[in-house]
Amino acid sequence: MNPSLVLLDPTSERTPVARALALRPPSLQGLAVAVLDISKARGNVFLDRVAELLAAQGVTVNRYRKPTFTRPAPTALAQQIAAENQLVIEGLAD
Amino acid sequence: MTLPDGLIVVAKRECPTCTLVEPLLRQLAQGAEPLTVIVQDDPAFAAGLPGAVFDETLERSFRLGVEFVPTLIRVSGGREVARTHGWHRDDWQQISGLPDLGATLPALRPGCASKTLDPGVAEDLQLRFGNTGLSARTVELGDAEDPIEACFDRGWTDGLPVVPPTPVRVLRMLAGTPRRPDEVIGRVPPDLAPCTVEKVAINAVMAGCKPEYLPLVLAAVEAALVDEFGMHGILCTTMFAGPLVIVNGPMARRVGVNSGVNALGQGHRANASIGRALQLVIRNVGGGRPGEVDRATLGTPGKYTFCFAEAEDSAWEPLHVQRGFARDASTVTLFAGEGVQGVVDQKSRTPESLARTFAACLRAVDHPKLAMAGDAVLVVSPDHGRVFLEAGWSKARLLDELTRLLTGPADALLAGVGGIAEGLPPALAGQQVPKFRPGGLLIVRAGGGAGLFSAIIAGWAASGPVGSIPVTKEITA
Repeated sequence: MNPSLVLLDPTSERTPVARALALRPPSLQGLAVAVLDISKARGNVFLDRVAELLAAQGVTVNRYRKPTFTRPAPTALAQQIAAENQLVIEGLAD
Repeated sequence: MTLPDGLIVVAKRECPTCTLVEPLLRQLAQGAEPLTVIVQDDPAFAAGLPGAVFDETLERSFRLGVEFVPTLIRVSGGREVARTHGWHRDDWQQISGLPDLGATLPALRPGCASKTLDPGVAEDLQLRFGNTGLSARTVELGDAEDPIEACFDRGWTDGLPVVPPTPVRVLRMLAGTPRRPDEVIGRVPPDLAPCTVEKVAINAVMAGCKPEYLPLVLAAVEAALVDEFGMHGILCTTMFAGPLVIVNGPMARRVGVNSGVNALGQGHRANASIGRALQLVIRNVGGGRPGEVDRATLGTPGKYTFCFAEAEDSAWEPLHVQRGFARDASTVTLFAGEGVQGVVDQKSRTPESLARTFAACLRAVDHPKLAMAGDAVLVVSPDHGRVFLEAGWSKARLLDELTRLLTGPADALLAGVGGIAEGLPPALAGQQVPKFRPGGLLIVRAGGGAGLFSAIIAGWAASGPVGSIPVTKEITA
């Protein structure tokens, strides 16, 4: 192991080292959900259905699409998604 | 490590004195006692001798506590009974028991430093083979993680990058104090988490401190934890305050805390990192994070870091002397400070006029119609200070004059007067009120040599026993 990649914890060590997942909202009421298509083949089939189910519950759904699944989302797109939504769903696989 | 009985020689090829004694090793090896030769840098040194060991990891040298090469040690019954270093003919002859050893060599040749003391090596050996005294939890990063980004991701920073606190860096930082890493120096609000010297050192590394700053940081943290300072309230207030560190005494000059040009500004490592280390301790050990327990409406840039030294002058009593410490003592004074307000007066040439300027500007602390709320620090620049010095005014006299000028009828300050709803309660009608509570105005001298400007650092509006009282603490070690 590379010793430069071990750090000493500067905190009171009251929380676990592993980073906690973001808190789940108790409900989707009033929230905007981004549905991000990463441009993987047929990902849209799955995401269309997810969007349809969410919309049926009265949830605001915003659709986005990455130019290619081979690279991270362009910064502008990531910022747009973050600015316009509270949650994001993306489909990772074919 | 059990020590082999007999003689031990520690050497390195790079050392001319070791090369000088190399031919003697064969003679020592033929003696009655076993010989172990520990070679630090070259397996060919003393090659062929049965007791030669290449100490590639330097573990043996480290465990023997060798500081110089060559070192000759005699071990008997598993215990070291004699040691010498360098070439001292008499010592070598006595320890080896060979009265003619090296008879043709000069009587004395100093040795060289052991490789265990090469720059950067000592801490590494300490970590690998020694008892470091470190007990903080280790955080292993993923191979692809950038250490600086990893610190951001874990919420350890104030918004600027921090120096990743590797064990080696923390050990180097701890060399700045003789205090034990596990010593608990207090409980840090708001979580009231116990804080060890080690945790302070970790945060000092992150803040960018040099090891020589650590005693100042420790004193600043200890002062912040004194109950009167009210760190919990300063942290969680919706108002602006953060801990300002004013350094006095010889330590300020020794480690280079700036008191001169741009003393309240950027560009000096000691100022920048000492104040920042204190804030990182509060954030990381205490759990005081903005938006959580820190509820500041606006905050102030001083909450990143705020530390400077007084430009002490023989004619003006420095702050720590005013507060009861010896002039040659080094101290930190913590003040719950807000922002910096400039005082521009380029025309006053008499102390009376300049004092009136100071008083007029000091009235604006918190609100011109509030009194005995926030404390203040008046930072008098050398150019302004000269106006008082040349007229023979001591700091105490200036303070007396300001106290007089800043005491006036409450009637002009009552709530509603002047069409301003803010103001003093009606109960104070008819009374004389001072702007600052007794002891609530501090005066220090700092700044560059040109500029007829001074500065006011307003204090937390909850100053005094109800909120925060400035605390001065001597910097020991």
